[in-house]
Amino acid sequence: MTPEPYEAQLLETPFHARTSSLCSTRQWGNWSGFASVNAYTSVDMEYFAARSTAALFDISPMTKYAITGSDAASYLNRLLTRNMEKVKPGRVVYAVWCNDAGMVIDDGTVFCLGENDYRLCSQERHLPWLLDSAIGYNVEIKDITSGIAALAVQGPTSSAVLKAMGLVGIENLKPYSLTEFDLDGHSLMVSRTGFTGDLGYELWIDPGAAELLWDRLMEVGSLYGLRPMGSEALEMTRIEAGFIQAGVEFFPGDLPTRPDRLRSPFELGMGWLVDFDKGHFIGRRALLQEKKTGSRYALVGLDIEGNKPALHSFVYQGKDTEVGIVASAMWSPTCKRNIAIASLKTPYHKDNHGLWVDVYVYRELKWERIHASCKVVDKQFFNPPRRWATPAGDR
Amino acid sequence: MTPAANRYDAIIIGGGHNGLVCAAYLGSAGQRVLVLEAAAAPGGAAANVEFSPGFTVSGCAHILNMLDPKVSRDLNLASHGLKLSLPNLKTIALAEDGRHITFDGALATNDSLQVYSKTDKANLADLRRLLLRIGKLLKDFYGTVPPRLGTESWSDRIALAKLGWAIRRLGRNDMREMLRIAGCNIADVLNDELESDLLKGAIGFDAVLGTELGPRSPNSVFSLLHRLTGEANGIPGALALPEGGMGAVTRAMAAAAEAAGADIRTGSPVARILVENDRAMGVALETGEVIHADIVVSNADPKTTYLKLLGPQYLDTGFVRRVKNIRTRGTAAKLHLALDGLPEFTGLDAKELGQRLLIAPSLDYVERAFNHCKYGEYSTAPAIEMIIPTVNDAALAPQGKHILSAVVQYAPYELKGGWENARDEFIDTAIKTISAYAPGLEGRIIARELLTPRDIEEKYRMPGGHWHHGELALDQLYMMRPVPGAAQYAAPLPGLYTCGAGGHPGGGVMGIAGKNAADRILKDGKSR
Amino acid sequence: MKVYDAIVIGAGHNGLTTAAYLAKAGMDVIVLERQPYIGGATVSRELYPGFTYSNCSYVCSLMRPEIMRDLELPRHGLQVIPYEGGVTMMRNGDYFATYPNHDQNRREIARHSAHDAEAYDYFGAETLRQCRFIKKMLLTTPPDPTSFKPRDLFGLLDIARRFHGLGEEWMYDTIRFWTMSCADFLDQYFESEVVKGHLAGTSIIGTALGPYSPGSAYVLLHHYMGEVDGSIGSWGYARGGMGAVSGSLANSFQSYGGEIRTAAEVEQIIVKNNRAVGVALSGGEEVLGKMVISNMDVKRTFDKSMDPADLPEDFLHRVRNFKIRGSSGKLNIALDGLPDFPSIPDGCRGRTGDMHVSDSMEYLERGYDDWKDGTWSREPYIDMMIPSLTDPTMAPPGKHYMSVFVQYVPPYLADGQWNDEKRAAFGKTVIDKIAEYSPNFKDLILHAEVRTPWDIENETGLTEGNIFQGELTMDQLMFNRPVPGYAQYRAPVKNLYMCGSSTHPGGGVMGAPGANAAREILLDMRIKT
Repeated sequence: MTPEPYEAQLLETPFHARTSSLCSTRQWGNWSGFASVNAYTSVDMEYFAARSTAALFDISPMTKYAITGSDAASYLNRLLTRNMEKVKPGRVVYAVWCNDAGMVIDDGTVFCLGENDYRLCSQERHLPWLLDSAIGYNVEIKDITSGIAALAVQGPTSSAVLKAMGLVGIENLKPYSLTEFDLDGHSLMVSRTGFTGDLGYELWIDPGAAELLWDRLMEVGSLYGLRPMGSEALEMTRIEAGFIQAGVEFFPGDLPTRPDRLRSPFELGMGWLVDFDKGHFIGRRALLQEKKTGSRYALVGLDIEGNKPALHSFVYQGKDTEVGIVASAMWSPTCKRNIAIASLKTPYHKDNHGLWVDVYVYRELKWERIHASCKVVDKQFFNPPRRWATPAGDR
Repeated sequence: MTPAANRYDAIIIGGGHNGLVCAAYLGSAGQRVLVLEAAAAPGGAAANVEFSPGFTVSGCAHILNMLDPKVSRDLNLASHGLKLSLPNLKTIALAEDGRHITFDGALATNDSLQVYSKTDKANLADLRRLLLRIGKLLKDFYGTVPPRLGTESWSDRIALAKLGWAIRRLGRNDMREMLRIAGCNIADVLNDELESDLLKGAIGFDAVLGTELGPRSPNSVFSLLHRLTGEANGIPGALALPEGGMGAVTRAMAAAAEAAGADIRTGSPVARILVENDRAMGVALETGEVIHADIVVSNADPKTTYLKLLGPQYLDTGFVRRVKNIRTRGTAAKLHLALDGLPEFTGLDAKELGQRLLIAPSLDYVERAFNHCKYGEYSTAPAIEMIIPTVNDAALAPQGKHILSAVVQYAPYELKGGWENARDEFIDTAIKTISAYAPGLEGRIIARELLTPRDIEEKYRMPGGHWHHGELALDQLYMMRPVPGAAQYAAPLPGLYTCGAGGHPGGGVMGIAGKNAADRILKDGKSR
Repeated sequence: MKVYDAIVIGAGHNGLTTAAYLAKAGMDVIVLERQPYIGGATVSRELYPGFTYSNCSYVCSLMRPEIMRDLELPRHGLQVIPYEGGVTMMRNGDYFATYPNHDQNRREIARHSAHDAEAYDYFGAETLRQCRFIKKMLLTTPPDPTSFKPRDLFGLLDIARRFHGLGEEWMYDTIRFWTMSCADFLDQYFESEVVKGHLAGTSIIGTALGPYSPGSAYVLLHHYMGEVDGSIGSWGYARGGMGAVSGSLANSFQSYGGEIRTAAEVEQIIVKNNRAVGVALSGGEEVLGKMVISNMDVKRTFDKSMDPADLPEDFLHRVRNFKIRGSSGKLNIALDGLPDFPSIPDGCRGRTGDMHVSDSMEYLERGYDDWKDGTWSREPYIDMMIPSLTDPTMAPPGKHYMSVFVQYVPPYLADGQWNDEKRAAFGKTVIDKIAEYSPNFKDLILHAEVRTPWDIENETGLTEGNIFQGELTMDQLMFNRPVPGYAQYRAPVKNLYMCGSSTHPGGGVMGAPGANAAREILLDMRIKT
């Protein structure tokens, strides 16, 4: 039973009994009001598990809305910038949605479970916006966040783990597809999706069967190097994959208290998600205008000299022209590069000369300032072929 | 019909007064215009209806006080048959004991004020001067398309600068008064300056007529100013009765529109606005017939226009939200009584019965009447504005018979328990209230009709039964009327315009919204 | 005879603020207070042995942090303790609580409406946006829009520039916010009656408006502008009661060499050759100064304490028409123990903060209707707190002090003046109301002080007992406060200034009028700070 609000500041996910016994660092974070493990044992080791074997991550706190009703498809087509009519049952798509001004409110994944039956998963909560967008549509929108337990199994051996658990034919599931299995009488939905930019799956099940699923995965996973992963290691894989994150790369829409904090899909490098030919969608007229007059910002990948992460640094051009700010940054252990995702003012993202960042490093009680030159690069820093291969490989 | 015959430059949805005015202006500019009216005759809420055999009354609006003289001149309404039967209607604030106060619409005083107070006459004259001065300033901005804020456009900036300059030009004292008084409630202003309860009640009632405000509600000074922007026969703030009822005004407008080349089709309710390639390109009638046009102009209120006729699928959510939030809770009911003879009012002679009579004996009376409507109840002692149009215009009723047409306030749109069971009770309440001033009225009634805001909504297709297509409050005015993003008569959807009272400057039979919309359309046409 | 550099009439928090700033700048200042104690409406009083009553104002967070810092109030004894939310008890036995923790708050709202839970963030963002816009104006002298002086033009330009900086959409939102009713504003976000009822409470405190009256959304904001340590919208108690605010101001003032005289009632402001030169006390004694600064409200200053011949007729007319409406009452209660509130669950910390029983906006509006009819609300809005739960100085251990703010209470009753009998009847209405939600409440009462607007006026001198020294309606804000043309703290008489809440930005224990007045005075004196 959900505790009364005064009883718990943070709720427990259906996997809490398992995650809490394994969380030896005792480091927890707040993910949408749920206690979420920051790191179980070692951030680095969890990260390497995700990149070389497999990692298990509890994604139950993710906000999930069920969208059903005879107008569900046309509703989503108006809500989201991409064309949803092309999305058939069994498919998952990544999408963004905008406000009237064409500024991104949030991004998320949409699962097409059947004809006019969708699930929208996002970082932030948006019920009022979703409901107000539904005026005039025959569609029902329900928050089902706590009704579903979910785990991500990510990494090169993830397909092998699931196969060993008895999910026959899982290797044939294509990226961004979903399918269902039976797990001891419980319906288990599996989608080939994830946040690590690698081969990986997300598993969705009734909360009552959560511990069963966890135990089964950990049991068979031991042969394949499966290891639980906390949100800090996930964040590293996220940056390497070049994915954007609400509250990091962009401010989720309509909530800022200062003007000019929002970004359009084009300004986030999400122009490929915008389909102007599908008819009207929210923000279309503003985005068409932006196409005409040009965007203010561009989100780019940076390859930075040296090995010190340039988190939140200003980006300069030439002598001291401030041209942008770094949103995410890390030393990438896999790519062996000092990478960053940065928002630059246009047109500086095109001019790849003379860009540099000011990195502050605190070394033995002393701040040191490093002038590090950098280059604009593709922000998909890590994108291995195994991520896309079907049938999926075993290792 | 050939495709060519079925193609217009502009289709106007709704043949209310603003639709007709807009049609006349567009027609005179050489556009091929079609007006589609759902009812059997044009006129909208300013049309005549026969509510009982032989008894014809102005269906909704029943007094002409705001018709814009420029519109009237441009359309040459006089040559199309508009005549005033009573050019300067007086207002009589009724007292139960017959010691009434008479003044004109413009708050011009006369000696009847002396009955109650020695100072009111002079103080009212001062107040009138100030209010008319500010009203005049408002009026200057009524006839223009509102600017948008925060744009790079020079025309918006110039319009804002003009507004600022116009306010400055009032001079230091009047400017200070304007900046203060616009946010005041009328009760405070009247209590500060005047003594007589009866006088204050009457003016206070005028300020809240047709609004969801009581005299103590901040903003109520503004709604009085709105009324005072009107004029009749060149007298600012004056009221008049048109010969043949309000229907005669819209008939003249329809004639003007037709003379300008517009087609008017009645009995043709529009079902949908058609969109192609993100542009309005015509309408579909309820019969299924499709009519194409370069642009579509809606005289319907914004909620109907955007949420029903167009549909949210062509709009953005923030905009839809704003439209949904427009306040359109009507509070005024219309009462029509058919009488077998002229009623007798205590202390009034037969000629005076032709004037406008108010039952609003004090500010507290009106405020208490308002209290009820906040909670979905009707006023147990309503404030009433009435006219007996047949005194000046005998043709509206059979020989020797009369009509009493009244606005009864407050009757909430959403009545707890529903109107069906309460309708008769409320009519009785209203009649009882009037009878206190006109003993014997009940015996003369041969037919009665009450239009609650719900009926008005149904009959005239105005949501909430609100006269102004949306409350006239400071947060729903000028560049925010009907909503930001559509306050310049152009919808977010290219090719779609609105010309109704839901836009600047709001309701009252003015015709300015129609004229301003036509200005905007023609300007866009030139730049296209 | 000694001539002071400045005489401040009234040792309320604004008077002391002005005085402290002036003394800090090196002026020789005396503050004259009618009562034998200082503080005006920011006082801590022991009206029952062992108990400290904040018997007028009762919470502290509007007080501008800039002032606390300039005058070193923490060093002089001011400590503000935030409290942990609040709760509205509902007529159906349920409750609605608020929490400082975002997710707890969201889940609690979701118990009443899933939609509202998520709409709350949007509501919060919008209010914060408006607060940010207005906050900068609080410690700024309002420019006169009719003036062509460079200073006023720059002031106007600055507001216009900041307004323009909001961007088109937010500019409209801002205009709407300043003019619409609290009910219409909340209806845009919420569907749950109790959520709206709870939030709307702050829009009526101290105000003769109902939540349905246009303009009431602004009052909501006025109360949201409070901050505790930079966290906008949060509320706290002054440790030791509200007297700690005036006490620390007085200490600060005296540390700069200032002089305070209590039990010194000013009867008249003396004007010679259109210049204020001093004051006459009620005993006949005269105190002379180079300037006189009044912390009293404008009616008391100009209409009651001056010779009408000394003032322009038009100004006086406007002062008389300035709306100061009494609408609030107060009960201060000493309790023998902590009262039970069965509808609030045991673990809920909302009881340490503001507790209410108004579970819908209609409840509040109906209370307002009673006030308009000249009687106290039969179902009053109650803002009830037990500061002794967080502040041990307020009551002996195990016993509690309860502060009960009541809205609406008229200054004059339809059937005549207030008297002891009517005051007792009013007190009974409130106590009965609380007892409906707390079965053992009446048994715990050791002492109760009942204060009507009439009592508040008699004691503090606030006209009609209005806590803001004037309604916070649009026609009385900014450059219209208190009188158009006189919004810059200077009276029409030379060397006479106003520093009370009748001036911009208005009431609440904010100190901003006092600080602004001091800045204007120092400007006139050409003293650089």
